Amino acid sequence: MTTPPPATQPSATPPPTATEDARQRQPRAFGDLLRAAIQENTFTITVLALFSAAVIGGLLTAFTNTTVLHAWGGFFSAPGNAIAQAWDVAAGTYVALFEGSVFNPHTVSALFQQASLSTAVHDGYLSAVFNPLSETAVQATPLILTGLAVALPYQAGLFNIGGQSQFIGGAIMCAWLGYAYNMPFFVHVVVCVIGAFAGGAALGWLAGEIKARTGAHEVIVTIMLNYVMLYFLAYVLSSHSMLQAPNGTNAITPPITSNAHLPLLAGTHLRINAGFLIALAAAVAVWWLLNRTTTGFEFRSIGANASASRVAGMNVERNWALVMTIAGGLAGLAAASVILGTDFTLNPQSYGTYGIDAITVALLGLGRPGGVVAAGLLFGALHAGSPGMQTATGTPVQIVQVLQALIVLFVAAPPLVRTIYRIRAARARGVSTSMSKGWGA
Amino acid sequence: MELELRGITKRYGPLVANDGISLSVAPGQVHALLGENGAGKTTLMNVLYGLTQPDEGEILTGGKPAKFGSPRDAIAAGIGMVHQHFMLVPVFTVAENVTLGIAEAGRAGLLDRRKTRRDVAELSHRYGLEVDPDALVEDLPVGIQQRVEIIKALVRRANVLILDEPTAVLTPAETEELFRIIRQLTGGGTSVIFISHKLKEVQTIADKITVLRRGKVVGQRTPPATEDDLASLMVGRDVQLQVSKDPAQLGHVVLDVAGLMVRGEHGGMPVNGLSFQVRSGEILGIAGVQGNGQTELCEALMGLRPTAAGAVTLNGRNLTHASPRTRLRAGVAYVPEDRREDGLVGPFTVAENLVLDMYDRPPYAAGINLNLPAIRANAMERIQEFDIRTDSPGSPAGTLSGGNQQKVILAREVGREHKVLIASQPTRGLDVGSIEFVHRRIVEQRDHGVAVVIVSSELDEIYALADRIAVMYEGKITGFRDPDVPAAELGRLMAGGADSTGVPGAIVEPDGSITVDITAPAPDSQEEA
Repeated sequence: MTTPPPATQPSATPPPTATEDARQRQPRAFGDLLRAAIQENTFTITVLALFSAAVIGGLLTAFTNTTVLHAWGGFFSAPGNAIAQAWDVAAGTYVALFEGSVFNPHTVSALFQQASLSTAVHDGYLSAVFNPLSETAVQATPLILTGLAVALPYQAGLFNIGGQSQFIGGAIMCAWLGYAYNMPFFVHVVVCVIGAFAGGAALGWLAGEIKARTGAHEVIVTIMLNYVMLYFLAYVLSSHSMLQAPNGTNAITPPITSNAHLPLLAGTHLRINAGFLIALAAAVAVWWLLNRTTTGFEFRSIGANASASRVAGMNVERNWALVMTIAGGLAGLAAASVILGTDFTLNPQSYGTYGIDAITVALLGLGRPGGVVAAGLLFGALHAGSPGMQTATGTPVQIVQVLQALIVLFVAAPPLVRTIYRIRAARARGVSTSMSKGWGA
Repeated sequence: MELELRGITKRYGPLVANDGISLSVAPGQVHALLGENGAGKTTLMNVLYGLTQPDEGEILTGGKPAKFGSPRDAIAAGIGMVHQHFMLVPVFTVAENVTLGIAEAGRAGLLDRRKTRRDVAELSHRYGLEVDPDALVEDLPVGIQQRVEIIKALVRRANVLILDEPTAVLTPAETEELFRIIRQLTGGGTSVIFISHKLKEVQTIADKITVLRRGKVVGQRTPPATEDDLASLMVGRDVQLQVSKDPAQLGHVVLDVAGLMVRGEHGGMPVNGLSFQVRSGEILGIAGVQGNGQTELCEALMGLRPTAAGAVTLNGRNLTHASPRTRLRAGVAYVPEDRREDGLVGPFTVAENLVLDMYDRPPYAAGINLNLPAIRANAMERIQEFDIRTDSPGSPAGTLSGGNQQKVILAREVGREHKVLIASQPTRGLDVGSIEFVHRRIVEQRDHGVAVVIVSSELDEIYALADRIAVMYEGKITGFRDPDVPAAELGRLMAGGADSTGVPGAIVEPDGSITVDITAPAPDSQEEA
């Protein structure tokens, strides 16, 4: 493609416009870098980035496998064998990942070997068919919710790295409400989820309010709050008068009462629970908030041009605090999905790497709610499939992290992908159109 | 060196940016390229500078055909370009920035700093381009930065210098300086291609004027050509440069600013005890050299900057410490000075920008929900009414031309219920057609009984619009005048000359009358208070 894109507006002179926009897009700070990465991305670029990551991930899988390396040692005597071995390992890894996260044909054949459908269902053979999908959904739930906690403030021009602290805030609230009180079934779980939202929102509000009042950069504030909350969690879990389970030395809370568990969605054999529905509902809610409400209009306007928004009468500082509060609440919901959905207790490792994964998910999802759901499902699938992959092919689970890192690397560097596939830079015009239309457009 | 372009054609898809353009530039000549935004001036210069290749046509230097595959070739052929946006490294010194542009390094690949410094000094001296080679570029005012760009080109032995909209960022005084430099350069045999859409400047400096419209040469003139002639060539129809307006029908006082004091970003009092009144149906033009507190005044009037002292009243309602939103709701329409930064949200659609300060009121919102059909309908209506040239209401506002962006802002601001219109530099950077449009709309507002305040550093604009002129100098109004005042008198006031009363302590009242406060030792006494 060497012909310039057709200019639809006769009054525009394309080359200067393009260079001007490039000037404005020069990343200056950390947050700007994310912004630049997201703005330059298009759907095509994202798909190509995923593909590139898969190819390199496959090569890495193959060439870290001892059998393959052995076969390549004898490359000149049996080159066909070496290549076949490499292909087998790489392909086997991806097949195992797929079987662990989406669909495993063996479960179907096992289902049909049963005497009758009713015994099959009773013994869990039917559940086994859907288990990979269920696991993907379970893994994706907190990723989607924390991803939204990054994507929403991003639309308002803020970079929320505080997913971890907000997650911990929500986790402490819902774990405490979950084991310390006894309430009727439905009421209890609702109270706990609201508590988780409030706990996360409090942390988000704190970060936003500090920025609004003092002008401190939200990146610094949220990172520091992550440490504060990390040690606060360790503290409350090591004191019997606080959250630590009695009669023990382990840093862990008592188990959550069963009334506070998120209801399972597909029988007792599958872990998929109402948390997944909360995540999907949250994504729809965020989309609606951003694109259909006056509040979202303010968020997006401030994110795109805070100065003009101020002139138009918007209260920029109050919106910063508000968007961070909502984002914190979303991260808190992620905590609820983990504590009340799968773990049923809180320990110092409960927060996992969700805070950082969230940035990855938001980046891959191009900062839009629909994209975040898709990215969350993808990473959820990788997480869900990795244990099975290790068992089946001997590929270490860490390869999944490598794969994740590769995806981010390619997504974060659109020019790299463009160079590889020789795609012309998307015109700023087209990109911004798709940005402003949002999800579903 | 004689430079000639023959039949240059450049297409971008269906758009013909340059359509068989031919022109020649003689040594020592200033050749002006005049045209509205989008007429193809910049594309032509990009072709000449090797940034893009023409589809047809050829470039001749000194009578021989030349092919410019990249700027490097163009530079080698002696062509230098000063872009509208400067290509300078802010944290480097002048000499370092000049070094950047030189291809050849000294012995062993080392840069010869001393030689560059010498070259800079020598060139500065020869052409009267005073620049300190050791100054950091970021510390220099825009006018001086432009000189650095010119030196960069001259160091590379350019004998054809392309200046792309060189005066867009300059103050009137800096423009004068630039013209002096251009004359020195042409006196030394350098040719200058001067790209502009400002008629006056082109008249002043050019030896030959080529007018472009929609990618074609529509005429060539040699000064003195009349401005009306040039303007109609440029726009393609007769343009009324002078705004025709009826005498003002004065009403009651709408906006009353009394003793306003505003603190600056870096301390000081950029607005220092300033008073004026504007009546309904009147345009008050605030003239003054840029940087005398006009920006701070407008920001304070909009509540974007806190008021330190004084009072702002709108129809008797005290707005001194009100928030921007309260002021907008109270009936202040505002056209900001920097439209890209303060007036529009670039990535937002035209429709969204048209409700940027009304999105939360009916009919555009119902409770917390946006009423998208209403927003769209409003956009269609305004686009029609203000002749906003856009593909659709869904196009990002940032992609519109400057004139159309200004129309969006104006359409939005006067589309609300408003009693006063404050417009700061309303036509800066706009082409003739848009200026005419904006001026007409502003006068129309006045005729509807709106009190209008125009803040402008362009005297032409003040003369064209104002029913009464106030001159601002160092945060104060140095005098009120009627619009028939001679420019020299305004110039004197703009330079801080005492009011014609010549009496210390004399205060010019907002209505133009003069009172003398004998107890006041000096007019600056408010500063200590």
